[in-house]
Amino acid sequence: MIFEPLKPVSQAARIALGTIFFVLFLGLWSLVTWGGFIDPMFLKTPLDTLVTGYNLFAQFGFIKDVGITLFRVVGGFLLAAMVAVPLGILMGAFKPIEAFLEPFISFARYLPASAFIPLLILWAGIGEAEKLLVIFIGSVFQVILMVAGVVGSTRKDLVEAAYTLGADASGIVRRVMLPGAAPQIAETLRLVLGWAWTYVIVAELVGAETGIGHMIMDSQRMLDTGQMIFGIFTIGVIGLVTDFAFKWVNRKLYPWAF
Amino acid sequence: MSKLAIEGVSRVFPGVNGGAPTQALQPTDLSIEDNDFITILGPSGCGKSTLLRIVAGLDQPTTGRVLLDGVPVGRPGPDRGMVFQSYTLFPWLTVRQNICFGLREKGMPGAKQDEIADYFIGKTGLAGFENHFPKMLSGGMQQRTALARALANDPKMLLLDEPFGALDNQTRALMQELLLGIWETDRKTVLFVTHDIDEAIFMANRVAVMSARPGRIKTILAIDLPHPRHYTMKTTPEFSGYKAQLTEEIRTESIKAASMAP
Repeated sequence: MIFEPLKPVSQAARIALGTIFFVLFLGLWSLVTWGGFIDPMFLKTPLDTLVTGYNLFAQFGFIKDVGITLFRVVGGFLLAAMVAVPLGILMGAFKPIEAFLEPFISFARYLPASAFIPLLILWAGIGEAEKLLVIFIGSVFQVILMVAGVVGSTRKDLVEAAYTLGADASGIVRRVMLPGAAPQIAETLRLVLGWAWTYVIVAELVGAETGIGHMIMDSQRMLDTGQMIFGIFTIGVIGLVTDFAFKWVNRKLYPWAF
Repeated sequence: MSKLAIEGVSRVFPGVNGGAPTQALQPTDLSIEDNDFITILGPSGCGKSTLLRIVAGLDQPTTGRVLLDGVPVGRPGPDRGMVFQSYTLFPWLTVRQNICFGLREKGMPGAKQDEIADYFIGKTGLAGFENHFPKMLSGGMQQRTALARALANDPKMLLLDEPFGALDNQTRALMQELLLGIWETDRKTVLFVTHDIDEAIFMANRVAVMSARPGRIKTILAIDLPHPRHYTMKTTPEFSGYKAQLTEEIRTESIKAASMAP
């Protein structure tokens, strides 16, 4: 029976099923474009989109845009992680710190990063600092709260066992809370990295000279839907690849957790 | 002077959401000699784990105090090794790393850590599993590792909180013999909490029977069975005599506990 709750599926079937969806998606796209159901001005055929994409790389140096966007995402995200992970760990481990910071951070995380863009342009101009700040603001508060949650839910019995083995407060944090929370912290970062891609494109749609988002904006002016769609898919592919890489590294780093 | 002195220790838990406070433990006295093996036997909810946690320093008494070698016990420390009922191995450490946890915390050199770990790995029958992660082990193996981890620290006392409670009967019997064998050679001072009458008799020099909540030590029964003990001892008339006596003691308490249940 297929619909047996929580019944595992084999690795081969998993890959096959996942691939089939992509094929179906491509099939539907082919049908509506080559079948003439949609005006090519709004949606190009898969082949035309691919050719447009090739030209983007070959003639317009799209690789530079991809590179600069990657730099912004990874840069902003790493800055956010460098601030947020230690803070989150402190909040999770020490309740007074949590009581001090949590209310403000819970407020701050609802401030939409995209709404800061006009302000950030005034403060930091339209250079890289502004782009990195948008991603930083969009990610940092989320990561702090999620990491604090993960660290705060450390198993109490493990903490007690460590105490009876002679660990002090620093031993508890370093040797129980951190290693126990590490896989879930990595998982949190993987999730938030996905959101960072949204922020970078928004930042590039407004006041940018380079980047995937800027290319998409430019293409709109020329009504080039092929380029726009190719730009969006490029982000999807990069996201998929980084996601797989993240998962693979996690499994290698934390074999005990999987 | 006794190794461990429990003097007038009681515990009242504050009421939840303005409810009435719960007295878990009435003022309790107990003294334990060096190299003694005491089991605390009582119905569930009688405060026997609370008493053990207070000795461990994981809970603070409302009144009274606990002295180890004449020194009051406050916080938990490596001088009182503990094995819990739940599986508390660190999942990210291998069997060997788990056993070395306390040694590393002391800053002991790696070679010395390995030497001690090897000794207890041999003693608890974990050879061949040193590099396994806890999730790859059976419940019995996990508790053996937890025992080795506590012993590796060379504590003054070993505290065990129903350590074999989650194991199946056969494994539990083997673990009892294993622990008793270790005690017969190493003579650690042991305080062992259980609700299993057979286990309480088989392991102990003395059985302290606790009353239903609020708990207190009702009777202390000396178990005059020779060492080394073998599992066949559980079918001897002497053993049955102790069992009959303790069954009666516990039964009255269990009935009280059941009639008080909310």
